[in-house]
Amino acid sequence: MSREPALEVRAVSKWFGAVQALDQVSLRLGQSEILALLGDNGAGKSTLIKCISGVHRPDVGDVLIDGEPVELRSSADARRSGIETVYQDLALFDNLSPAANFFAGREETRGSWLGPFALLKEKAMASHTEELIHRLKVNVPARVGLVGLMSGGQRQGVAVARAAAFASKVVILDEPTAALGVRESRAVLDVVRELPKAGVAVIMISHNLEDVLSVADRAVVMRRGRIVGEEVPTEETHERLVGLIVKG
Amino acid sequence: MSSSAAIAGRAGPPPGPTGPPVSVRTPLAERTLWLGLTIVRMGPALILVLLVLVMAAIAPFFLTERNIQNVLTQTSVIALLAMGQLLVIVVRGIDASVGSVVGLSTVTGALMFGTSLHAAPIVIATMLLTGVVIGLINGCVFVYGRLPNSLINTLAMLYIAQGIAQALTHGDALQGMPSAVNDLGGGFLGVVPEAALLVAGMAILATVFCRSTRWGRWIFAVGGNIEAARRVGIPVNKVLVSVFVISGVFAGLAGVITAGQTNAGYGLAGSTSMLDAIAAVFIGGASFMGGRGSIGGALIGAFIIGCLRNGLDLLNVYPTWQLVAVGGVMLLAVELDVVRGYLENRFRVAQASRAVRS
Ligand SMILES: Nc1ncnc2c1ncn2[C@@H]1O[C@H](COP(=O)(O)OP(=O)(O)OP(=O)(O)O)[C@@H](O)[C@H]1O
Ligand SMILES: [Mg+2]
Repeated sequence: MSREPALEVRAVSKWFGAVQALDQVSLRLGQSEILALLGDNGAGKSTLIKCISGVHRPDVGDVLIDGEPVELRSSADARRSGIETVYQDLALFDNLSPAANFFAGREETRGSWLGPFALLKEKAMASHTEELIHRLKVNVPARVGLVGLMSGGQRQGVAVARAAAFASKVVILDEPTAALGVRESRAVLDVVRELPKAGVAVIMISHNLEDVLSVADRAVVMRRGRIVGEEVPTEETHERLVGLIVKG
Repeated sequence: MSSSAAIAGRAGPPPGPTGPPVSVRTPLAERTLWLGLTIVRMGPALILVLLVLVMAAIAPFFLTERNIQNVLTQTSVIALLAMGQLLVIVVRGIDASVGSVVGLSTVTGALMFGTSLHAAPIVIATMLLTGVVIGLINGCVFVYGRLPNSLINTLAMLYIAQGIAQALTHGDALQGMPSAVNDLGGGFLGVVPEAALLVAGMAILATVFCRSTRWGRWIFAVGGNIEAARRVGIPVNKVLVSVFVISGVFAGLAGVITAGQTNAGYGLAGSTSMLDAIAAVFIGGASFMGGRGSIGGALIGAFIIGCLRNGLDLLNVYPTWQLVAVGGVMLLAVELDVVRGYLENRFRVAQASRAVRS
C-alpha cells in the first residue's frame, strides 16, 4: 500500500458567480482512513465533495489520487479513478432488484458484439451482489425483492454497499444516516466501518456528532468555504468540535 | 461488534433464489401483506381468466375454434401497439401518435406496392421504416426539444402523420397489397392465424429484450429513476429516443397486419386502436409513474379488451356499451395499481419496524 494519501485536495477554490463556496481548501485523506466532514449549513461540504466526485470542477487548485494529480471532468471520470459517491438523495432504482441496482450502468454481459442487445449475466451479478452484501454485513436479502420494498436503512445499506463494490480508492457519503432511525443508522454505520478493511478510504459528511464519534478516525470542520479546524473525535474533543462548527 | 453480530444473526437462513423475501419466520402480518401483493400483481391475469370463463358460460360460441381465431386476429393489432406503447409508458411517456402511424404506414406500403419495387419484403420494410422515422422524430423532439412530457408532441405527430397519409391518398383507400402481406393479415398456419404467430414471436423477442438485455434493463432503470440513471452513466437520451423508435416499429408492424386485413392502404386505418393499446398497457399492470410493467402484462391487457369486445359482440351488446365496459375495466386496473402501492408501503413499514424490534 502506498504511503501517499489516498486522496489529496490542494488549495481548491470554487465560485458560484459572486459567491465563493470554497476558499483555498486543502485536505488529505489517508489510505483506509474514515474522515468526517463537519460544518453548518452552507459551509461548503457538498461543494467540496462534488469537486472530488467530478460533479464540479475546481476553479483553482488540484485533486490528487495516490499523489498523482487527476483531472475529473465528470462523475464517470471520478468513478474510473476509483471514487464512488453515495448522494444524499440515494439515487437507487426502486423498481429494480438489489443486484440490478448494484450493476446499473455497468452490467456484466455476454456477447458484447450484440452491442445494446448484449445479454445480462444475471446469475453472476446476483452472486457477486450477495457475496458483497454478506461481506459488508448488510441486512438485506440479496436475491429477492425490489429495492422499493425495503426499509430506509436497508436501502441506504444497498447504496453504501454499491459504492463500496466499485470503489477502489474512496467512498464519499453525503449524510448517510440523515433519514434513518437510531437502529437503522447503526446498521449503516456498521457497514461504513467495514469499508477500510477492503482498503477503501471514506469521506463522510454528517450533522450527527454521535455518528462521527462512533466511526471516524478524524474530523475536519468547514465554515464559510474554509477548513477551520480538525480533531480526532472523542468524548473529550466533542465540545471543541461543536465550537468549531458554530463559531469557526 | 455486538450489533453487527446481532444483524448477522437476525438475517436467518438465506431465502431461495426465487422465493419471496419472507420466510416461515416472518411475522404473520408481513406474510399476509405479501400474499395480498401477489394477488394484486396477478390481478390482470385473474381478470382475463375470469372474463374467458364468464364469456364461455353465457356465450356458447365464444370458445369455438372459429371464434378463438377471430379473437386472435381482432386483437393482434392492439396487442402489437400495446407492446410498443408499454416501453414508452415504462419511461413515463405516452406515444399518442401510433394511431395514425398505422394508417400512414399502410399508405406508404400501398404506394410502394404501386411502384416497380412491389416485392413483399420491400413493401413490409417500407412500412416498418415509416414507423422508425416517425418514432425517431417523436423521440428526438421529445428529448432534444426538452419537452416535459411526450403527450403533446406525439399528439401533434398524430395530426401530422394523418394529414400526410390523407394528402398522399387524397383521402381515398389505395387498393392492393402483396399476397404475403394479405396472408399475414388473414392467413392461417394450420389452424393458427398468421397474425397471432407474429404477435407471439414479437412478444417473445420483446420479453427477452426487456428482461435479458442491457438496453432493456436501461429502459427500466430510466423509468425507475432518471436522475440516478444519468449519474451511473446510462445514455439516458438515447434510451428515451429508442423507446419511441421501438413503438414506431410496432406501429409499422400493426400497419402490416391492418393492410393485410383490408388489402389496402388507408390513412384512417387503425385510428381507433391507439386508445385500446394505451388502455391495454394500464390494464396489464403498468404504472403511470413509470418503471413498472411487462410485455406479458400488456398482452394480457390487450386480450382482456379483445375478449370483452368480442364477447359483447357475440351477446349482441350495443357497441357503445363495449366502450363503457373497457373504461370500467381500466378504472379497475388503475385502482389495483393504487392498492398495490398501498400494500407495498405497508410492507416496507412492516419490514422497517421488524428491523427495529429485533
Ligand atoms: N450550484 C450552486 N449554485 C450557486 N450557489 C451554490 C451552488 N451550490 C452551492 N452553492 C452555495 O455555496 C455555498 C456552499 O454550499 P454547500 O451546498 O456546499 O453547503 P453544505 O455545507 O453542503 O451545506 P448543507 O449542510 O446545508 O448541505 C452556499 O452558500 C450555497 O448557497
Ligand atoms: Mg450539503
